[in-house]
Amino acid sequence: MPQLHFQDFPPQLVWLAITFVVLYLLMSKVALPKIGQVLDARAIKITADLDRATKLKDEAAGVLAAYEKALADARAQAQATIKAVADRMQKDAEAREGALAKKLAADTEAAEGRIKAARDQAMASLTQVAAEITKAAAEKLISQPVNDAVASAAVAAVAKERA
Amino acid sequence: MAEKAIDPLHQFEIVRLIPAKIGNLDVSFTNASLWMVIAIAAVTVFLVGGMRQRALVPGRWQSMAELSYEFIAGMIQDNVGSSGKKFFPFIFTLFMFILFGNMMGMVPYSFTFTSHIVVTFAMAFVVFIGVTIVGFAYHGAHFLSFFVPKGVPKIMLVLMVPIEVLSYLTRPVSLSIRLFANMMAGHTMLKVFAAFTVMLGIFGIAPLAINVALTGFEFLVAFLQAYVFTVLTCIYLNDAIHLH
Repeated sequence: MPQLHFQDFPPQLVWLAITFVVLYLLMSKVALPKIGQVLDARAIKITADLDRATKLKDEAAGVLAAYEKALADARAQAQATIKAVADRMQKDAEAREGALAKKLAADTEAAEGRIKAARDQAMASLTQVAAEITKAAAEKLISQPVNDAVASAAVAAVAKERA
Repeated sequence: MAEKAIDPLHQFEIVRLIPAKIGNLDVSFTNASLWMVIAIAAVTVFLVGGMRQRALVPGRWQSMAELSYEFIAGMIQDNVGSSGKKFFPFIFTLFMFILFGNMMGMVPYSFTFTSHIVVTFAMAFVVFIGVTIVGFAYHGAHFLSFFVPKGVPKIMLVLMVPIEVLSYLTRPVSLSIRLFANMMAGHTMLKVFAAFTVMLGIFGIAPLAINVALTGFEFLVAFLQAYVFTVLTCIYLNDAIHLH
């Protein structure tokens, strides 16, 4: 078995030591730091990118919230304006209606006053006419002049009796 | 030389490509040395070449380099925790060295240096000594409490402590033999079936089919044994740092 040729041991051990130490130095000084740097740089980049993405997302959420708030404000303001206009219009309408009703009431009252005056006048002249007719009828019946005051008193008495 | 051709152990022979001696020490550049050098060159090219663009979004090659880094980093994190970070370069070197040694051994006419017990034992022994030093460095003499199981009656300790010490001492043996035996057995089997293929002529199709399957299996073993060696190193390290 060639593995047990003891005279072959020293050169193998010597070269194992040489190559292993050289490889160790190459790995620890050259290759591994290089790979480590690249991996670290990548990890840092990914973390930074994730952070930035989170920040941008927060910003977008903030903008969206502001937009929604502005929209809600505008809507509320529009509602308030509409309500104010509607209130004013209603108040105006009520005021106009009130004025119209007052005017109508005044007109009605005036008309009623005129009607009452006309009727009173008519009634007064009716009494006078009745007295004159009574006087004329009585003069014709009794063929002598009748005092105006008597005739009026008679008419008033009858009117009082009928009333 | 026909017998030589079907000798399945021939492939493990050490050939001195450049004989050399320093004093009495034989430092010849052998075929094993050659493949060690090729392996560390390949590891370096694989990693440094893969990372040459330092791309934020990695390509295929860079992904593989990063994957190997994260694979071992994850292994240490899972088995040792964050206190194992300072051993990362060593564990990573160990894994890549064994993995590339195993994988390069799958190339026809190459040499598998991890199929030699002296190589695997040297690595396991370094791990063993290193882990023991780490244990004493972290806990001082208190590290010896590692050999005293908790909640065991005092009288049983007479039996338990020697068993614990023995199991600790056998770690480098099992660690090295596992890797060496797996690599050697696999390559021997490939060679045996390859020899059958040559000998049986047209009927060689059967061992050839087996060899195809075995080759796939051997790639799995090549990776798995590198992984097992490294994971066990992590577990030993965890024991030394955290004491059970």
